[in-house]
Amino acid sequence: MGDTFLGYPRENGAVGVRNQVAVMASVFCAATVAQRIAQNVPGTVALVHPLGCGQVGNDLEMTYATLAGVGRNPNFSAVLVVGLGCERITAPELVLGIAESGKRVEALVIQEEGDTLQAIRKGTAIVRDMAQAAGAQRRQECPASALTIGLNCGASDTTSGIAANPALGVASDKLVAQGGSSILTEVTELIGAEHILARRAVDPKVAEDVLAVIGKSEAMLKNRIQTSCSARRNHLITTGNYEGGLSSVVDKALGGMMKSGSAPVAEVFAYGDAPTRKGLLLLDGPGQDGEASTGQVAAGAQIICFPTGRGTPTGFPGVPVIKITGNPRTYSLMKENIDINAGTVITGEQTLREAGETIYQEILAVASGKPTKAEALGHHEQFCIARLP
Amino acid sequence: MHQEGLSASQTKTALKLNTKDNVAIALTDLAAGDVCRVREDHGETGEVGVLEDVAFGHKVALADLAQDAPVVKYGEEIGRAGAPVRKGGWIHTHNLYCDRGMK
Repeated sequence: MGDTFLGYPRENGAVGVRNQVAVMASVFCAATVAQRIAQNVPGTVALVHPLGCGQVGNDLEMTYATLAGVGRNPNFSAVLVVGLGCERITAPELVLGIAESGKRVEALVIQEEGDTLQAIRKGTAIVRDMAQAAGAQRRQECPASALTIGLNCGASDTTSGIAANPALGVASDKLVAQGGSSILTEVTELIGAEHILARRAVDPKVAEDVLAVIGKSEAMLKNRIQTSCSARRNHLITTGNYEGGLSSVVDKALGGMMKSGSAPVAEVFAYGDAPTRKGLLLLDGPGQDGEASTGQVAAGAQIICFPTGRGTPTGFPGVPVIKITGNPRTYSLMKENIDINAGTVITGEQTLREAGETIYQEILAVASGKPTKAEALGHHEQFCIARLP
Repeated sequence: MHQEGLSASQTKTALKLNTKDNVAIALTDLAAGDVCRVREDHGETGEVGVLEDVAFGHKVALADLAQDAPVVKYGEEIGRAGAPVRKGGWIHTHNLYCDRGMK
């Protein structure tokens, strides 16, 4: 018998771990209207961003794909998309993309409604109806195989690579063994250990994909360094990394990669896309905390697991972010922000395996409804869509 | 008044992250002359006499390493010894080389 949690089964077979209505702006011009509508109805969350117009080509398409993917995420029971009317990414277009999930989704266009107040009034009524329908839904027992977690990290320190990341790797391996999925990304931070990750690929094609995305990321970085005024810096490792005890780029990259445990890499996929396989997945995404989380949520991750050595308070609207620190001092300083103290590995109170089990059990508890500290305190900073040059 | 923190008489520990590793990570600042316990995930697996100061988070050698021997952490090669290193010695950028990502 596999592990289970209490979730919200959706029309398309996916399972939500939260049940909020999302009010998504298709363009930055609609951000305030979307926020006001969300403020009017409890159980609703605003998804606002600075994009959606003045963009072209692959950058525009990646923004569209990401917004549609976030809207399809099973944590949202229904979605209202608010547009202005003349933007590049229109509300009706996003509705089409989100409707593929089978969930209720509607468009509201400010220029068609008349003005801010009329748009807010109509949007509030729509979302009120959506929130009532969501409130009537009940959690049901679901298999852990329905879970996808995003592996991310930020504000790392010496303890990240020796405690929090390897402990998260243990938890990730446990979820993958249950048939669930775990998404590794932050590709720039894998540079130097690509040969080791490629060795874990399920087949030669995936191994090629691993080498290709990490190689592309390194080439892009080199190009930027050559054309910037900071060519004297090493962009992969810092003086602070050395002072903390990291001795090489490979050492640093492996410390980050430890989040993914030892499971085989099942698939490599692009930012804005959703994976087609289960297991450990590599998302071709950037290292910035919010952009990485957003790509993972667009790919269907219902929970983000986030090791942080120095401590960061950020969260994602409608998606729980579990903060894990390997630093006992950070845990005592940031108790209101950090969910799990893996600093027990440093102090000798727990082994990595025991700390990993603690994280895994927390994933199941959070999936069943336990709010993370970032949720309880209302942190929503991580919704940031990555851009293409 | 008694001073808080680790005194020389207290046990010091280093974490060996993978059974294949030939380095362990200092979990407190280690000083020359310390006898440091080596902890693995399945328990304590030995001791190492510390030959020089090794700061928290830095690497202490668990075996004698010849010039150019692979330095193994997480079960993987993270670089090679730039000079012979004795068991109990500090391994870092001064005696480890790895060109990957540096050019």
